[in-house]
Amino acid sequence: MATQQSRSAARLMMAPAVILLLAWMLVPLIMTVLFSFKKYLPMRGGDLGWVGFDNYVRFVTSSAFWPSVIATLTIVGGVLLITIVFGVLLAILLDQPMWGQGIVRILVIAPFFVMPTVSALVWKNMFMDPVNGLFAHLWKFFGAALIEWLSQASMTSLIMIVSWQWLPFATLILLTAIQSLDSEQLEAAEMDGAPKLKQFWYIVLPHLSRAITVVLLIQTIFLLSIFAEIFVTTGGSFGTKTLSYLIFQRVLESQNIGLGSAGGVYAIILANIVAIFLMRIVGKNLDT
Amino acid sequence: MARSVTTQRKAINTFFAWSIGLLIFFPILWTVLTSFKTEATAIADPPVFLFFDWTLENYAVVQERSNYARFLWNSIIIAGGSTILGIIIAVPAAWSMAFVPSRRTKDILLWMLSTKMLPAVGVLYPIYLIFIKMGLLDTRLGLTIVIMLINLPIIVWMLYTYFREIPGEILEAARMDGATLKSEILYVLTPMALPGIASTLLLNVILAWNEAFWTLNLTAAKAAPLTAFIASYSSPEGLFYAKLSAASTMAIAPILIMGWFSQKQLVRGLTFGAVK
Repeated sequence: MATQQSRSAARLMMAPAVILLLAWMLVPLIMTVLFSFKKYLPMRGGDLGWVGFDNYVRFVTSSAFWPSVIATLTIVGGVLLITIVFGVLLAILLDQPMWGQGIVRILVIAPFFVMPTVSALVWKNMFMDPVNGLFAHLWKFFGAALIEWLSQASMTSLIMIVSWQWLPFATLILLTAIQSLDSEQLEAAEMDGAPKLKQFWYIVLPHLSRAITVVLLIQTIFLLSIFAEIFVTTGGSFGTKTLSYLIFQRVLESQNIGLGSAGGVYAIILANIVAIFLMRIVGKNLDT
Repeated sequence: MARSVTTQRKAINTFFAWSIGLLIFFPILWTVLTSFKTEATAIADPPVFLFFDWTLENYAVVQERSNYARFLWNSIIIAGGSTILGIIIAVPAAWSMAFVPSRRTKDILLWMLSTKMLPAVGVLYPIYLIFIKMGLLDTRLGLTIVIMLINLPIIVWMLYTYFREIPGEILEAARMDGATLKSEILYVLTPMALPGIASTLLLNVILAWNEAFWTLNLTAAKAAPLTAFIASYSSPEGLFYAKLSAASTMAIAPILIMGWFSQKQLVRGLTFGAVK
């Protein structure tokens, strides 16, 4: 039973975490919003005063904006599609009885623990290098024309690398969800003579729907701000400049803080739209 | 009730699962194998898989040429420091939310999570500026603090879910016996919560070790951890497969091992309890 005393103690114990996170959130956020209304060029004159919504307009009317939106949607959409479809299939496969299940699980999950810069560099050099990469050897073996992966098929390559990193995450979560499926339901369906495909469609998939939604939302949030993979492989060229990479370039490479900050505000709004849906699901789960 | 399965079905499952598992794992395996080759063997045409003269020289050269140990040490300090700091701040907060919940507990938890969703690039310049003003740019201290803050919501959240599983009656019994708040936490709760704290620790070391936005943008030469060190290999002069592989293997090996031990916690920690 919470007494008055334990309540105030509780508040005190919560204070450091709350204050730190509040500062971490508010201070940079307020600064970004302020900068976004200014012409601010640290290398060329510094703070040049207020400009209203100029930066917001210029950010969306610049020639780099729409391509970056398309690049972002392509990467996020492509990776989501691959990881969720293969994640569901893989989760079902891993749930079947087999020998060495634990070891297979470990093999499948491993890529998630590889740091992004390592996986990007390994793929870039050892697989996608047009001369010495393994793909080049494989293509040569079959007599196919060589591909300059990261320039000719930059988007496909990037989606491949990122999907390899995130497939384990989707698989692991979907597998956890499948394992909580009541096997008696499936047995009953089987007794009634329902074919496997119908069992999957009417029992397994509905059971997985929440896990799939969670994977979708969490991955979207992380994929929207994917950075190291692009930084290491293409550096944003060949049509792989996503919205967040564009903002990064505006801020750090061309040092146009006002413009970059306006882009940052767009990115924050976008992420929050996704986050609201995720929060709803998480919040619902807290009550039970 | 387990369904009966024919041996044949099981064999087919095993074949497919192992094939796919090995295919997914292959890039890691290939990296490890290449790290034991000479540079000439590493780019041999056709590629060599297992039958080559295994050598350890790449590991020695990576250390010699680029002082690998320094980056490793930075990674250890930053990942370990941010995790310990985070746990110290999060334990009291999670404790009070789990055992003295109020009407606002749920809102606070959700708000904490929402800070995790803030895209880093949106606040890149302010943080950069603050770091310059406070002399934190390219320091381990600065990076430790930032990485602690980005993972703090996950730490609080995980600890909260673990603490909530501890039955409240035990606390009441301790209080009846006259335990003070301090001794209640130290002697009753901590031992029971230790497994949960340990797995939280593990997952956060992994996340901090692999963090690759702030570590790339806020460090230069002095405080750069392994993520930044590996990224430096993307320049053309660093194009040495065997050495790149050796450096990569060393950078991912400790985390792979830790990761395999924390599979279950991974789901809990990364879905915020939304999938059980």
